[in-house]
Order: sequence, then C-alpha cells, then structure tokens
Amino acid sequence: MSEHTLELKGSLFPLSVLHCTDLSIHTLEPLLAEKLAQAPGFFYQAPIVLNLQDNRNEPDFVALKQVFTKLNLVLVGVTGANNEQKTAAQQAGLAVLQAGKAPVKAAAAVVEKAVQPQVPQSTMDSKVVEQTVRSGQQIYAKGADLIIKGAVGAGAEVIADGNIHIYGSLRGKAIAGANGDHSKRVYCFNMQAELVSIAGNYWLSDSLQGEFWGKPACIKWQDESLVISELV
Amino acid sequence: MAKIIVVTSGKGGVGKTTSSAAIGTGLALAGKKTVIVDFDIGLRNLDLIMGCERRVVYDFVNVINGEANLKQTLIKDKRVENLFILPASQTRDKDALTRDGVERVLKELSEDFDFIICDSPAGIESGAMMALYFADEAVVVTNPEVSSVRDSDRIIGMLSSKSQRAEHGKDGIKEHLLLTRYNPERVLKGEMLSVEDVKEILAIELIGVIPESQAVLNASNSGQPVILDKDSDAGQAYLDTVQRLLGETRPFRFLTVEKKGFIKRIFGG
Repeated sequence: MSEHTLELKGSLFPLSVLHCTDLSIHTLEPLLAEKLAQAPGFFYQAPIVLNLQDNRNEPDFVALKQVFTKLNLVLVGVTGANNEQKTAAQQAGLAVLQAGKAPVKAAAAVVEKAVQPQVPQSTMDSKVVEQTVRSGQQIYAKGADLIIKGAVGAGAEVIADGNIHIYGSLRGKAIAGANGDHSKRVYCFNMQAELVSIAGNYWLSDSLQGEFWGKPACIKWQDESLVISELV
Repeated sequence: MAKIIVVTSGKGGVGKTTSSAAIGTGLALAGKKTVIVDFDIGLRNLDLIMGCERRVVYDFVNVINGEANLKQTLIKDKRVENLFILPASQTRDKDALTRDGVERVLKELSEDFDFIICDSPAGIESGAMMALYFADEAVVVTNPEVSSVRDSDRIIGMLSSKSQRAEHGKDGIKEHLLLTRYNPERVLKGEMLSVEDVKEILAIELIGVIPESQAVLNASNSGQPVILDKDSDAGQAYLDTVQRLLGETRPFRFLTVEKKGFIKRIFGG
C-alpha cells in the first residue's frame, strides 16, 4: 500500500528557553558565546526559545536571529511576549509560543495530546457511541460526556473529559475527568473493568472485585478517594 | 456477483484454515461454485488441508504480478464438483499482496463464482487486513478461551472500521461467530468458556459450534476436509454451519456432554 497520508498530530518536545535581562546584541552575544564555550557541542544546532518576560522593549529579532545562527543555534520562537513584541517576532519569522502551565498531568489517559487548553466546565457536550467498543479501540470525548450504548471490551479504552455512561458491560478501561475534573463519574451497567479512573486517580480490577463486580455501578471521587456505589 | 466471506480470528492456531476448507467444501457440496483463497502468503497451509499440495504450479502472487492467469493457477478439487483452490505463495511474504492486485483478482473471481472464501493469516497486520478488506461477510473463528476471545474482539473491531464497506459507509460486514474446539465436558468442569459466555462477550450472531474432535486431526493429516467425514461430529457440525450460512435455521448440536452407552463405557469411545 503506497498511499501518501498527511496527518497533523500534537506532540511535546523539550526546548531550551533563554532568559536574559538585556537583549541588545552587543551584550547578549559575548554572554551567550561564553555560556556555549562551557559545553561546546552540547547546544550545537539546538532549537532555542527566547523568553521576553523581563524585557519590555522591542528587541531587533532579525539581528538576534543572525547572532543565534552564527553561534550554531536555531532560534525557533519567543514566549512571554507582549503584543508589540509578538507582532515584531512574527514579522521576523519566529513562532510565538504560549508558556506551558504546570507539567502535563501524567494520567494514563492523556495520549497524543499537546498541552490542553482549559476546558470550560459548565456547558458540556456529549459524544454517543452506538455500538460496542472492541478490544484495541480507543475513544476520546474531548470536553464532553461519553455515552456508550454497547459494551466496552477487554483491552478497549474509553476516555472523556466529562462523565462516562456505559449501557453494556465495562471490561476495558474507563477514564473520566481526563482533564483533571474530580467531579466527573463513571456509570456502567455491568462492572468488570480493567481500570477505572477519575481525574487521574485510578483503581485496577483488583480493587473493583467486591460487592459490585458484575453488577451495575457508579464510581466517583469523594473525600480524597474513589468510591463505588450501586445504581439505584 | 460472488459473495466474499473472510475466515479470520486474530489469534493463530484456532482453526481458520480447517474452517475455510470445511466451509468452502460444504458450499460446493450444496451446489455453489466456490473458490477458497489462501491469503497466508509465506505460510501456505490450505493446500495441505485440501490435499492438493502436489498440484500447486502457480500461486496468488503470480496472478497478482501478471505472471500467470487465474485459469492456470486455480486448482480444481478432485472430490467435489464446483470447488477450486487459489494457493498462496510459499516463497514470498505478506507485502507481495497489493490492494489493487487483490481487488483485481477478487473482481475477476467474482464473475465466475458464487462464493469466495478468504482464508486469513493470523495477526492484525497487512496480510490479515488485506484478507478482510473486500469481504461482505466474516466468519470469526474463536476457541472457548480468554485469549482467543479477546483477539476475536479485536478483529471484530477491525472488521467494522478497516474494511472497504466501513470506509465507503455501506452496511458493515456481516459478522458470524464460529466456535471451534468446543468441549462440553471441560465447560462443565469450568476449564473452558461456555457458548453463552463467548456470545455474551463478543455480541455477534453464532453460526456454528464445532466440537473438539479427533476427526479434525485425522482430516488435516490425510488432506481431506473434515466436512467430507460425514459420520464425525465435527463434520456434521460444519455441515450445519454451512446450511446456516445459506440462510437455513438448524438447531445447535454437540453442546452438552454425551452420555456414554454401556458398550462405549466398556470398550471406550
């Protein structure tokens, strides 16, 4: 099969961010050269992002780019810029990057996603899956509740930023509140899950094999722990 | 237009080739002109099960590459009228199949045959995807044990998302569950999943239950599709399965432990 495919996927890359209080060329260049001399080769052709938080004036981005090139660095963008700086940077062909918030949550759920923008908590959509989710399939309801009319097979994963409702058996993984909202819940008609998670706090099937195994159940976060209860 | 049926499972060794041979032979016995296509390029087995291994001259890959035509390549079965085999290549690998090539061959077969049975390789890689891509119906072969059931679940997911029917938004592939190596005695002891368990997990329509049987092993070793052994339990179960595929309703047999008669108890059975 030789079809050409095109995909845009979010990814996270480590980038070195340069902080310097004086961005005029004659100050920066010797300082930078000195820094690089301490570890020659380590930063060779490294992508660099310039942090402008402490500089309210407008640096000469074109000249800065040339300095970086001369020192075998690649200036890819700026961060912490004000509006004028943003415009100037963009004109010089640099990317304007949003400074990352706290490190991305290590929830098993968050797969192939860049830093999440804050999802509004109030108006939630819902995503409805009409059939059974089979082993190996992964369904993510971004910023929405997830409703599954069939079962979730062993080895399948259903993930939602909102609540998850499963009207068949849950034998795979269900991850609710994937963007960190502790108020979300997982409801299912027949609990046999491999894993259930609310906002990154999870239980494996060992912890679920009690009174509610094989029965209708609801899982929520209460008093700093997961709680399972029956569906009335 | 022929009906294309893929026989698939995800997991290896559950009886795909045995079932392909039996179902294909059964359809031919019922008067349908049938060809069984071996998609397991590099691990050719169908010819052995069908007992035509000495008659393979050209293969599927030769046809795709235009080195031979279908007439030269198809092997006519000597026992059953209307039955043909398209053997796989033993010397190549799965990448020798191209989607365009497979489509061309299936289209050409379609004009001439009532049924095309695609014997899928194990796994979920390109070979298996190629076997199921053009299918109208699927027979998902499953053993009553957890790993086989999970792999079947995975392949059912693939059938509903990776096939041509799914991609073109037509009605999906019609999926049938074929439970093989079923041993009611072991089910009773709790060593095996029951028909009901498997049906509950996979949630697709049951087309047949083939009992675990010495007849299957004998058939494989002698190159006779087990369905031709009409006195055996497995042969009869496959005959029922084929009738159900053709739209008839048949009760399911061999699901409960057979009570051994007096003579059998003495002489063994």
